[in-house]
Amino acid sequence: MNTNLGNHISQQFNNELEDIRNRVLLMGGLVEQQLTDAIRSLLENDQELAEKVIENDKEVNDYEVGIDEECTTILARRQPAASDLRLVITVIKTIADLERIGDESKRIARMVLNIGDRSYDPKRVQMIRHLCEYSQAMLHDVLDAFARMDTEASYKIYINDRNVDKEYEGVTRQTITYMMEDPRSIPWVLNLMWVARALERIGDRATNIAEYIIFFVKGKDVRHTGPEGIEKTIKE
Amino acid sequence: MAEAAEKIQIRTEVSEPASKINLEDEKVVLTAEKVNLYYGEKRALKDIDIKIPEKRVTAFIGPSGCGKSTLLRCFNRMNDLIDDVRIEGDIKLNGQDIYDRKIDVALLRRRVGMVFQKPNPFPKSIYENVAYGLRIQGEKSRRVLDEAVEKSLKDAALWKEVKDRLNDSALGLSGGQQQRLVIARAIAVEPEILLLDEPASALDPISTLKIEELINELKEKYTIVIVTHNMQQAARVSDYTAFMYMGDIVEFADTNTIFTAPAQKQTEDYITGRYG
Repeated sequence: MNTNLGNHISQQFNNELEDIRNRVLLMGGLVEQQLTDAIRSLLENDQELAEKVIENDKEVNDYEVGIDEECTTILARRQPAASDLRLVITVIKTIADLERIGDESKRIARMVLNIGDRSYDPKRVQMIRHLCEYSQAMLHDVLDAFARMDTEASYKIYINDRNVDKEYEGVTRQTITYMMEDPRSIPWVLNLMWVARALERIGDRATNIAEYIIFFVKGKDVRHTGPEGIEKTIKE
Repeated sequence: MAEAAEKIQIRTEVSEPASKINLEDEKVVLTAEKVNLYYGEKRALKDIDIKIPEKRVTAFIGPSGCGKSTLLRCFNRMNDLIDDVRIEGDIKLNGQDIYDRKIDVALLRRRVGMVFQKPNPFPKSIYENVAYGLRIQGEKSRRVLDEAVEKSLKDAALWKEVKDRLNDSALGLSGGQQQRLVIARAIAVEPEILLLDEPASALDPISTLKIEELINELKEKYTIVIVTHNMQQAARVSDYTAFMYMGDIVEFADTNTIFTAPAQKQTEDYITGRYG
């Protein structure tokens, strides 16, 4: 399958496709930074950093709007077909999920401001540490897979999402235990649970992007086909 | 939960595009087997195998000189008119070998009508153009002719525009109207197949869209094979698309597959505008 963006008779078209791809990677880099900062603000109770994350979310939104516009122009003016068409579709869908990952990061930052200094418990916040690492790794890996249009890596991301889901379940159980042990902790443990929820959603969105990558490369929509379906498509 | 599972199942089926052509649910009306065509020494068609499904639009696309028009012309023996052409292989229309010696070529061309790039109405009235085929078949009844002319012009989406001036010269019509008139003339004799060779490439965008709309309506009654340079047109009007290159059919699949996920790199390069 041809995953090469270049070689069009129209050099201008090559440039346009190359440009949207590069901008997705830039947007991805920014979203990754947002998530890293949001998590750090949580683990270190850094209110200032949390405010910065909330502020920077506008930039993520601008990327989405800008790339969307560029894709619309390409569709209108170039009528792309086959892999070109799939690339544009993949980009449009990917940036929607990236933007949502940006929103989840902002949500985490909001929680940091909500929890505030008084009720912050550095020990208890550690219970979501693994979940933070998992979701960060998934986002990182999926951006890497996007840059290389790597279906094998995409499949691994899909599989890894199960770890995130399991970890999330564990965190949920733990928060319930905390709340039963000490009802006074409920407000902030609830906040922590919302953070865990946001992290779990980020895993799901990274998985969506992994599926779009497989669609781009293989020309097959693998959503809802399960791990066997995805594996089969990749090996074709 | 069960309902959700059912939905997922359905999606799975829909999301699997056929990588190869599946004509199992179609009635095949025309088949070509191992067709080779030579212009003198030059081999213009190489072992062509293709099945044309009934009441569907099949498009042939490919770069200039790939053999798509040549193949189209094989289907009603238009190549017979060119000197120094040699054809091998079998072409069967509903099971009947059209290159059989006993075949009446004039009759064959009535069964397999053809429309060309440039509209070619006869220098006669609109009415006479459409009635022409029936007249040479010996039809004399005015009532039969009137009915056939009206029906054909209606089928060709031209009736409303010309019904008050049927006796005017066909040459006074616009290019788009002339092309629809030629289509009306072709369908007046009720062919089994309609071959369209670049039918809209000499027309403006509006006339082109009217022809495309017409093709869509005509496929309810006729099998249509269209050759076009305009890939978007093939994507818009056809059910199946064959990509040809240097006398070969590189890929023949349903049009959705060809334009979203072709199996062959050559097809991909051509429809995305890459140099292969």
